[in-house]
Amino acid sequence: MAIVELRFSALPEHVRTARLVAAAVARRAGVDEAVLDEVRLAVGEACSRAVGLHQSSGITAPVKVALIEEEKQFSIEVGDEAPHASSSDTPGGAQDVEADVEEDEMGLAVISGLVDDVEVTTGQDGGRIRMTWPTAPPAVALL
Amino acid sequence: MDLSLSTETIGDRTVVRVGGEIDVYTAPKLREQLVELVNDGNFHLVVDMEGVDFLDSTGLGVLVGGLKRVRAHEGSLRLVCNQERILKIFRITGLTKVFPIHTSVEEAVQATD
Repeated sequence: MAIVELRFSALPEHVRTARLVAAAVARRAGVDEAVLDEVRLAVGEACSRAVGLHQSSGITAPVKVALIEEEKQFSIEVGDEAPHASSSDTPGGAQDVEADVEEDEMGLAVISGLVDDVEVTTGQDGGRIRMTWPTAPPAVALL
Repeated sequence: MDLSLSTETIGDRTVVRVGGEIDVYTAPKLREQLVELVNDGNFHLVVDMEGVDFLDSTGLGVLVGGLKRVRAHEGSLRLVCNQERILKIFRITGLTKVFPIHTSVEEAVQATD
């Protein structure tokens, strides 16, 4: 198993960096070229969601992305530290919370539409989205 | 790549040409542009997505918000898009039923239904 980890401050401008890194590592791991667009979009959605959760909860900790290359599969884990059990402590009015929830759901809807193998876990200490794609063994060593 | 925006009036339609990546970072700029156009009385919008390289759910949210705004004034919001990777996002979210999607700006500008 080989791993690349990325941690970034919960700022929207860094989501693009996460997308680019994830796509580069996925390509290297042997994820089919035709699927790379989906990987890019899915990891962007997961990171945007995590950034939104950190910002709305006032969490200063970075968002974590792990890119995991295993035999015959490639996984991406995006972890946040936002407490998911209750939104009663969330700052902002009820309307803001509602809008956040809607965007959150739209992001998850896109992820579940794109990725067959996706696992969402949430708890008091944060949440995690794990997405997995199959990989083809590299036919020729290019480098 | 950042987001590029330009507008052009064709008849009673306002065409917004979007280029680059629409994501959580750049989508607020598109939202501002659409809100400004509607506030200035442009209620029939055509958003040309041919120059868009990337679109995520934040961008979809902005387009839905734009549609809501123009509909409040009995207006319309039409999209121009031929790129399969972008169309796919509209399909998996069911938004192809919400937005009229055209293959060219000319077609979108002439559409009336």
